[in-house]
Amino acid sequence: MSIFIDDELCTGCGNCVENCAFSGIEIIDNKAIINENCSFCGACLDGCPVNAILIEREEFKIEKIDLSQYRGVWVIAEHYKNIVHPVAFQLLGKGGELAKELGVNLTFVILGADFDDRLEDFSLYGPDKIIYIKSPILKQYYSDLYVEALSDLIIKKKPEIILIGATPTGRDFAPRVAKRLNAGLTADCTGLEIDQNTRNLLQTRPTFGGTLMATIRTPNSRPQMATVRPGIFQSPERMRKKTAIRKIEYNFKEEDLVTKIIKVIDKERSSVNLEEAEIIVAGGRGVGSKENFEMIEELAEVLGAELGGSRVTVELNWLDQDRQIGQTGKTVSPKLYIACGISGAIQHLVGMQNSEIIVAINKDRKAPIFNVAHYGIVGDLHEIVPVLIEEIKKNKNKE
Amino acid sequence: MKVFVCIKQVPGVSEVRIDPKTNTLVREGIPSIINPYDKNAIELALTIKEENGAEVIAISMGPPQAEEILREALSMGVDKAFLLTDKAFAGADTLATSYTLALAIKRILKSAKNKKDYLVILGAQAIDGDTGQVGPELAEELDIPQITYVQKFELKENKIIVERIFRTEEVVIIETQLPALLSVLREINIPRFPTMSGIVDAYTKKEVISLDANELKPDKRKIGLNGSMTEVWKIFIPERKAEQIIIKGTNEEIAQELCRNLKNDKIL
Repeated sequence: MSIFIDDELCTGCGNCVENCAFSGIEIIDNKAIINENCSFCGACLDGCPVNAILIEREEFKIEKIDLSQYRGVWVIAEHYKNIVHPVAFQLLGKGGELAKELGVNLTFVILGADFDDRLEDFSLYGPDKIIYIKSPILKQYYSDLYVEALSDLIIKKKPEIILIGATPTGRDFAPRVAKRLNAGLTADCTGLEIDQNTRNLLQTRPTFGGTLMATIRTPNSRPQMATVRPGIFQSPERMRKKTAIRKIEYNFKEEDLVTKIIKVIDKERSSVNLEEAEIIVAGGRGVGSKENFEMIEELAEVLGAELGGSRVTVELNWLDQDRQIGQTGKTVSPKLYIACGISGAIQHLVGMQNSEIIVAINKDRKAPIFNVAHYGIVGDLHEIVPVLIEEIKKNKNKE
Repeated sequence: MKVFVCIKQVPGVSEVRIDPKTNTLVREGIPSIINPYDKNAIELALTIKEENGAEVIAISMGPPQAEEILREALSMGVDKAFLLTDKAFAGADTLATSYTLALAIKRILKSAKNKKDYLVILGAQAIDGDTGQVGPELAEELDIPQITYVQKFELKENKIIVERIFRTEEVVIIETQLPALLSVLREINIPRFPTMSGIVDAYTKKEVISLDANELKPDKRKIGLNGSMTEVWKIFIPERKAEQIIIKGTNEEIAQELCRNLKNDKIL
């Protein structure tokens, strides 16, 4: 595999340098030169106006598989204590759009023990088919059983697209299934589209902590697998639909397991539900102290909002960890997000930039949070927030 | 017993910024660091060594400059370090990466007395790619059990007992046998700092052994770009979503104006 620049075509315009995320290309004496940082990602090719860049792949690579054998879009669900994670329904919404565009069926796959009575309810979210893999032991999640049952089923049924929630559970079994099938898997997608000509799934995800977006495709193999974070897509409207239901019973036994669950400790269920909140009021370092956070809490209260914060507020013990929003915390997409004293480090932005309306209150006009905010207020939050609380109360009383 | 730790060199991600004037990535002065989660993996491996006796082996795949992070691992107390570096490995997605790492582990195990007496530890995810996929894919390639998102670990003879965290309201205690693969959370421990003598040893007594494609003898269809089913089609700077309104005035005017706007947006 090698990458070439055609010196006769290259105009030294530098577009390729701008498109390269790895500093793998530079302009020397008015010509582009590839250096050792190159990762062969091919991002430079598209931006070149004169098609002077060429990547040559050794052709023995591709055992051409017949892509047309693979048809259909699958969504694989997960559950905890018999409650299906809402990301599965969100993926049925998006999966339905993709299936329609491709002219294929949408299939909902669930592994469990007690879902016989729930299948009709699942059908309201729009799947054409439901595959229910049933085994008493699947009340609990086991990596090895999920991987085995799903891989078998995928090899037999050959779907072209498989969507999975990017939760810890999904991120545990999806890569192992992908490896067993030698399938491409793209993590944490925020955008999914179909390229009509090739039927390729164009999978867009944040990279470099969200500073850049990358669109990934899997042109030469099937199935195309993707994980998607909760809260990115909308759950579809529920409606009656004729759905084919297939139940597959497995007789998995405890002694077949390679990992054994010896104990499950239930901790106090967190009452914090940032992922589903319609309004979130969040504080950052600018709030200043734990005491000052009471003001932010009051603003959340009058708005009927959930309270959140940036990583630093959790590290300073101003907030509990389950309220952390950002790369290492929750990803949220409420209707309204009010950021108080949050500068907007990229790690925070990736967790909240999908919010419908973002309000930023910050002293520093140059803070990056203003780049994503719809309404910006430059000023001291300690003065503005109390006035805002009163104004909202007044508005409520009028209603 | 051998404990393998797979580590990755990543850009100190908070330093990566877009230059608002030219709309391009600012690359100058971005330091390269050990992926923070991987330091917790190293720390766990070193604790196992201290408590049970083990040989700790760090492996990284990357360009020649990834040697730096292996030196750092050696200075923390890791016994041996291997750098998998070759042009042919470049452009690897997680499938190709896990295949290459597995080749190295199998090669090192060849000379071991007990070929099943080993553990592989990784950080739960890397802060640049953030996929967390290499661990489970590596476990599949090695055909060993995996336990991801581990926050507590105990080794009893050949059995390991760990606490796995998938959600805040539940801790699952899992038992499995060696060999096995774990991916660890940052909460599992606090990584040690290298000592002065550790740093000296890392550059004098210990070495970073480079392995290239000639030595690992891979199936060429499974490494680098050739072994990658996914390909980057394009990379772009995310568009600013919104028209922005900066609300000005006295505090009262600001509060009123904001409420009016939010009402128009049908939020209040």
